[in-house]
Amino acid sequence: MTIHTTTLDGTSPPLPLSPTLARALTAIGTIGALISTFVAWTWTTSFPGNLTVTGYPGGLQLITLTGAVLTTVYLIVGYGIRGLRWLAPAGTSGPVLYLALGTLGTTWYTLLAITVDLGGLANLEPGGYIAAATTLIAVIGALGLPTDSATDPRPSPNAPGPPSWYRLRRALASVPPQRAKPLPVWAEILAIAIAFGIGLYLFTYGIDTEYAELFLGYLILTSFGFAALNSAGLIARLTALTTKHHNIALAAAFVAAACFPFTQDNDTYTSVGAYILIFATVALGLNVVVGLAGLLDLGYVAFLGVGAYAAALVSGSPESSIGVHFPFWAAMLTGAAASLVFGVLIGAPTLRLRGDYLAIVTLGFGEIFRISMLNLNGTTGPDVTNGSMGIPNVPSLKIFGFDFGENHNILGYPIGPFGNYYLLMLLVTAFVVLVFRRAAESRIGRAWVAIREDETAATAMGINGFRLKLLAFALGATLAGLAGTVQAHVTTTVTPEQYQFAGPVPPNSAFLLAAVILGGMGTLSGPIIGAALLYLIPAKLDFMADYQLLLFGLALILLMRFRPEGLVADRRKQLEFHETGQLDVPDQDRLPGQGIGITKAEA
Amino acid sequence: MTTTSLTKTDDHSTPILAATGVTMRFGGLTAVRAVDLTVRPGEIVGLIGPNGAGKTTFFNCLTGLYVPTEGRVAYQGTVLPPKPHLVTQAGIARTFQNIRLFANMTVLENVLVGRHTRTKEGLASALLRLPSFRRAEQASKERSMELLEFTGLATKCDHLARNLPYGEQRKLEIARALASEPGLLLLDEPTAGMNPQETRATEELVLAVRDQGTAVLVIEHDMRFIFRLCDRVAVLVQGEKLIEGTSETVQADERVIAAYLGTPFEGAPGSDEVAEVEAAEAHQHTAQTEDGQ
Repeated sequence: MTIHTTTLDGTSPPLPLSPTLARALTAIGTIGALISTFVAWTWTTSFPGNLTVTGYPGGLQLITLTGAVLTTVYLIVGYGIRGLRWLAPAGTSGPVLYLALGTLGTTWYTLLAITVDLGGLANLEPGGYIAAATTLIAVIGALGLPTDSATDPRPSPNAPGPPSWYRLRRALASVPPQRAKPLPVWAEILAIAIAFGIGLYLFTYGIDTEYAELFLGYLILTSFGFAALNSAGLIARLTALTTKHHNIALAAAFVAAACFPFTQDNDTYTSVGAYILIFATVALGLNVVVGLAGLLDLGYVAFLGVGAYAAALVSGSPESSIGVHFPFWAAMLTGAAASLVFGVLIGAPTLRLRGDYLAIVTLGFGEIFRISMLNLNGTTGPDVTNGSMGIPNVPSLKIFGFDFGENHNILGYPIGPFGNYYLLMLLVTAFVVLVFRRAAESRIGRAWVAIREDETAATAMGINGFRLKLLAFALGATLAGLAGTVQAHVTTTVTPEQYQFAGPVPPNSAFLLAAVILGGMGTLSGPIIGAALLYLIPAKLDFMADYQLLLFGLALILLMRFRPEGLVADRRKQLEFHETGQLDVPDQDRLPGQGIGITKAEA
Repeated sequence: MTTTSLTKTDDHSTPILAATGVTMRFGGLTAVRAVDLTVRPGEIVGLIGPNGAGKTTFFNCLTGLYVPTEGRVAYQGTVLPPKPHLVTQAGIARTFQNIRLFANMTVLENVLVGRHTRTKEGLASALLRLPSFRRAEQASKERSMELLEFTGLATKCDHLARNLPYGEQRKLEIARALASEPGLLLLDEPTAGMNPQETRATEELVLAVRDQGTAVLVIEHDMRFIFRLCDRVAVLVQGEKLIEGTSETVQADERVIAAYLGTPFEGAPGSDEVAEVEAAEAHQHTAQTEDGQ
């Protein structure tokens, strides 16, 4: 026990190297990896992305190169050069370690993919071996750097486990950044704009990756890169800036998102963008119900379906049983109103239930919707929805003569039909963001959170629990219905099978809930980020389609274990984690000591 | 003569709270049986009784959490509807025996939730952000901060409720209840688990609440607290009201002492028997020592 205590003092790294040697090793490894990307890694071009050229990097080598360059930058910052310190307000050892790990991960993944795809290690050229060795050297060096944090990572001095494990955890732990020097307002706004610009570039790069290997390599490096920036303290800085200039940050996010279709040459990936926006908007609507009011709704996708069916029926589709053609604004209102009515009809009887009972009943109603749509086909019921055939040929939208189904040139950039719908959907998303934010920061929003926290106490404070829960349910339904009206036009066909409880393609109820929980309940950006990840990753990694739900479940379990508050923590939860020493929960590891005290007293 | 003059003054002021014949049965168990209780304006009334006497059940009947099987509860002369939020709206606020704050909301937000019944801004007004919305929100915040000043929590308004120390959580519950501008405040064991200093502070807080014109009905086990604070004390034993009166009357009442400490059973050993037994034991002891010699 005492040995453990002494070895964890100060900033001792996971590997016992002298700081100079560690720095040298990291530098040699990183620069070696950098050079190796200019050499051929394999002999044939049958592996996607040309990795056979000696002279310049290609394909996945570029990802390794980026990782190596970033590692070098942070290594240089570690020498305390003036003018670069703002890059790492919380220390550089953590970022270097994360980036070295990311480079190692993406490089070794590439080499593994080559070996598996082409059948054998023989397909690797010497350059590949150099890359593998140098990235490993860089990680070994980075593990020997003195850690940023000097605190004992163990919950108590006699916690079980080897000290090296705790040293590794301390090396990866993030430290609160030093106080920022106050910047002029324009510089802060510029910083926000640049951050969102980088975000747009990263997102565009990921969505544009042409083969699954490149996307996975990108995903590995981005995740580690994000962890590195977090460990460097830059994410904390950015969060502070965006909370300070909330409206500007929202506007910047909106502008960055609006720029996305202009970065695309054709409509291949703007469709992915449009579907992500639909998914994200519905997830944000669900966040009102689950995140704010705490009502577990497992049939939420039905409201999207109601909106889509309503819009398809009044769209003038030749297969529509009504055969009317509303202008889009009217179709939108119809869809939203239909969802609202449906939400109130389902909510009024079910919201008298609490917790698990509510979840089961909403799950049932979600399925009832889908099966009803299947049965309204003319043989098992009145002919309204064409049953499993759905309503096909929903005509493209025309607003003020602007045909969303045609290609347009906007500011000299070609924008295809999906690009048009993406921009329209972005407006709907912005509207939903506005509604969510304003509702959350009001008397009604507070009452919802109070109901979520403790319904009995909330009613004792004069809150009409049933009425407010119904309001949350109805608002959530309306927002989903709104998104549904656009979705009907984007997919051009509305079928019952799009609105299942769980299925391989988002949005479905299970994925919507997962997006909210993964992203962060009750937050604005959480469900949007969660939805983007949950849509993009399965769409890009289509070779894993058979295992998708398995991996999805695994990812959720890991997330709940290591970051239960979701990727974006709620302001309240952030407070919870940043305030220390006030919890009246006794420290469990102190109990043995108390036991000794008691025995002494008895003796 | 004195009694008639007393009833006359009673008639002058309508009681804040008038509970008549409140009975609560859970199946075959009668938790509260025909309890009458009145609280007049500006009064602090204590409700005491051993554990399981039905004090909290009676509170729940008053606040609409339970619908009493029989009897009625009137607030300022009007019978209360059996819905908790309507009771609060009418003007009765309460705290809970086991603290029920909104743990993941900040201290200020907790008090703002307490303002719910006294503000009217609906969803439409929140979405449109009309000037009236901003004004109401501002006024609510100011009033809540005043209450936090009053309870001494203003410096902690941005903390999460869960991170407050125990005593301050109790205070916050009182601040949150006061935010609904009640005419009557029901406190359910406000000093449970507190140390003597915190109990004193709570005592002063309750007196200050009364001075602001709010009547208080308080359940408590700390007798010193009750007898120092209350104008009248009612004793509840096994669901029935045993006695009601001033601190002195209640303290002197044998039935109250019996309810708390128990009564000697019939044929219990009196002092004569005790002396007899002691004498016998002493005799045996001497006999034994003699044998030994």
